[in-house]
Order: sequence, then structure tokens, then C-alpha cells
Amino acid sequence: MSLNAEHVFFRYGRKGPWILEDRSFHFDRGERVALLAPSGSGKTTLAMLLAGYLTPQKGRILLGGAPLPGKGACPVQLICQHPEKAVNPRWRLEKILAEGGPLRGELLDALGIERAWLTRFPLELSGGELQRFCVARALAGGADYLICDEISAMLDVITQAQIWNVLLAEAEKRGMGILAVTHNRHLATRIADRIETL
Amino acid sequence: MIRINRRKTTVIYAILLATALLLIYAFGLLIPKDALAGSFQEAGLAPSPAHPFGTDALGRDLILRTIKGLSVSLTIGLLASLIAAVIAAVSGIAAASGIKAADACVSWIIDLVMGIPHTILVLLISFALGRGLKGLLIGIAATHWCSLARLIRAEVLQLRAQQYIMVSRRLGKSGAFILTHHLLPHLMPQFFVGLVLMLPHAILHEASISFLGFGLPPEEPAIGIILSESMRYLSAGMWWPAVLPGLTLVLIVLLVDRMGDCLQRILNPVHAQE
Repeated sequence: MSLNAEHVFFRYGRKGPWILEDRSFHFDRGERVALLAPSGSGKTTLAMLLAGYLTPQKGRILLGGAPLPGKGACPVQLICQHPEKAVNPRWRLEKILAEGGPLRGELLDALGIERAWLTRFPLELSGGELQRFCVARALAGGADYLICDEISAMLDVITQAQIWNVLLAEAEKRGMGILAVTHNRHLATRIADRIETL
Repeated sequence: MIRINRRKTTVIYAILLATALLLIYAFGLLIPKDALAGSFQEAGLAPSPAHPFGTDALGRDLILRTIKGLSVSLTIGLLASLIAAVIAAVSGIAAASGIKAADACVSWIIDLVMGIPHTILVLLISFALGRGLKGLLIGIAATHWCSLARLIRAEVLQLRAQQYIMVSRRLGKSGAFILTHHLLPHLMPQFFVGLVLMLPHAILHEASISFLGFGLPPEEPAIGIILSESMRYLSAGMWWPAVLPGLTLVLIVLLVDRMGDCLQRILNPVHAQE
């Protein structure tokens, strides 16, 4: 089974410039791919297309030969660049975490999530701390593919390493496919089997 | 010195408001009809221990009339604004649901209702429904939901574009879950603030329609009727029929407003742990 983008065209609005033109892309389960490109080249747009957040004007996104399911938990999960936008500011973190589904306690420990944070609101945590919750939530959903859009760009190096180690270990264990969108070449070579450019 | 935090303040306001409303309603029910009748020997008396609010030009005791009037006016105001706020919430959410036809339909009705002056529309609806309580209630509710509905529609549209709602959808949450867990809690403060702001409006409209003779019958002691009657005697030096019932109304509305403010601060996570 693989996740494919076939000859995808995309632009924002009806008259905007094409962000992606005739772009094809594919990756398999168990594969670790890095998407490396400078700012403004459509990395995030491609990530959102692959995860079903956007639909292409032309071309198709296929998961194992069929379009992405519209209902139920999507097997392709996106972790966003800005965790503070991806959580409901009115929810306590335990509820945010539960939205993904039940989660093993050891995963929380591995990600360095402290139990005291669970009863707090997102505004009381830093970006790095919130990003761990977003990663945990995406993993709890039982996804087959994980698209990580610059998830570690604003984290310090130690936290980056910690989160990526957990992610890669989980991906290994479940046979997930991982697409890391980044503009950090060192990170890309460190985590990926294959590096794609836009 | 005892420290009073916002939660306690809110509870105090809520208790004060509940006591005030309870007293008003209890007295409003207990006051016999003949206690409201006037006697010309006692017409136009200034406030005194026997008549704390004085008496009006027809010799009716004003404190009893104010309490009775408040209970009538608040009932109409509260009910009408509650109905209007519910209409606003439902239509606002429906308009922002992503169905183009629903949006066009709701927006068209909002424009239509807002295009006609409130007073005339309330007057027509009230008259068509045979005046009295029912006509007033439906008339006020049918005209006051528009601006809140617009506000809620805009709020929902903005919320639906939020990333965390898209994430929720991709995590397999249903539309009903998103509505009840993401959207409604966000809309609650808007809803209550809208309701509180609508209350004085509704009471004033009730008063003006009654004043024009298309609402409550003139012998019914509604607060609006007392106030409009008092205007005629203000130049004769009778200040108490306007000031004292007016102040009571302002106090009640202020209490509702303060409580709403505290509630909003508690519901808002930015201030939640202060």
C-alpha cells in the first residue's frame, strides 16, 4: 500500500498563481522520506494535500489506489508546524489528547509529557511542550502514514532529538510511513532513507 | 481582610440577582389587585415611610407598582430575549454550516428583518396576533435575533477555518461532536453576552409598544408604562415616579451585566487561573 499524489495541480483561490503544477509524489508504508525545499516552494501545501486538508484542483491523491476516506479517522495524519493553532485553546490537555484515542502511558513518558500538564490549558504550555501533545495525539489515532510538517523547527536540539527518536521508534514498530517536511538538510539526512526536493 | 476572587464575586452577583428576581416575582404574585388601585386623596405624595417610592398622579403606591411592573417587564424581557437568542444561535450556526442555500436563506431573512424598523415590525406582529403578552413576546423575539445571528455566523465561519477543527475532523470526529465540543463552548460567552445586551432592549421595546397602545393594556403596571407616564409629571416637580422605578430597573440590569462579565472572564481560558 502506498500514498500517491498523481499529477496534482493546486492554487489558493481561483486566480492565484499555481503553487503546485503537475506534481507527482509517492511513498510507501514503512518508508522514511524527507521533503526538502526552501521556503515558499509549496511544502506545506503538498503536506496538506496528502493529508486531505486541501483538495487539488486537478490530479488525485490516492491511498492504496483509492481516494482518502472522507469519514472516520484518516489513516494519513498531519502534524502541523504551529502546535498552538492545532489545539483548542478552551480544552484542557487531557481532553486534547483523548481526541486522538486511547494512548499507552509509556508513550507519554517517552515523549516527556508530565502528568501535571494534563490538567492545564494550552496557553500555559510552551510550543515545544504542546508539540509533544500533537505528536502523541496523531500517534493515538492509529495512523498508517504520518506527515510531519516542520514539526521541530522551533524546538531546541535536545527536544528535537527526543521527539524524533520516539517518532522513528514508533514508526519502526508499527510499520508506518513517515514524511518529514523540512528545510534542515542535517535533519533530513539523519532521519530519512530517501530525500525528495520540490 | 478576606480575599475575594472572581469566582466568589460571580457567586455573590448570582446570589444577589437570584434574590432580587425571587423577591420581585414573589411580591409580584402576592400583591393583591386592590393594593394597586389608587386613591385621589393620596395623589402625588413624595417618598415617605408609608410610601417609600411615593405615589403617582392617580394616587397609586409606586413601590408596589414598580415591583409588579418589574415582574411583568422582566418576564417579557427575559423570555423574549431568550427566544431571540436561541433563534439567533440556531440560524447563525445553520448559516455557517457550509450549505450555500442555508446561508443565502438566513442572510436574506436577516436583511429583510433588519430593513424594517424594529418598532413598526413589533407593532405589526403584536397587533396581528391580538396584542397582549403573546403578541409582544413573539414580536420582540422575531425582531431581536438578527444582529446576534450575524455575530454567531461570523464566529462559526472563523472557527470552522481553525486548524484544530480540521484536525478534529481528520481524527474521525463527527459533525455533531465538533458542534457540541468545539463550536458551542466557544459560542457560549457570545450567546450570554448577546442575551444580556438584548434584555434592556426587549424591555424598552415592550414599554414603547405598550405606550403606543399595541402591547399590554394600559392599566397593567409594566415598568415601561410607569416610566412613560412619569414623563408627563416631571415638569411639575414630581421626580420620584421617574427616578425610583428607573433606578430599580437600572440596578437589576447592572447586576445582570456584572454577572455576565464575571462569567465571561471565568469561561475565558486566558483569565481562567487568575
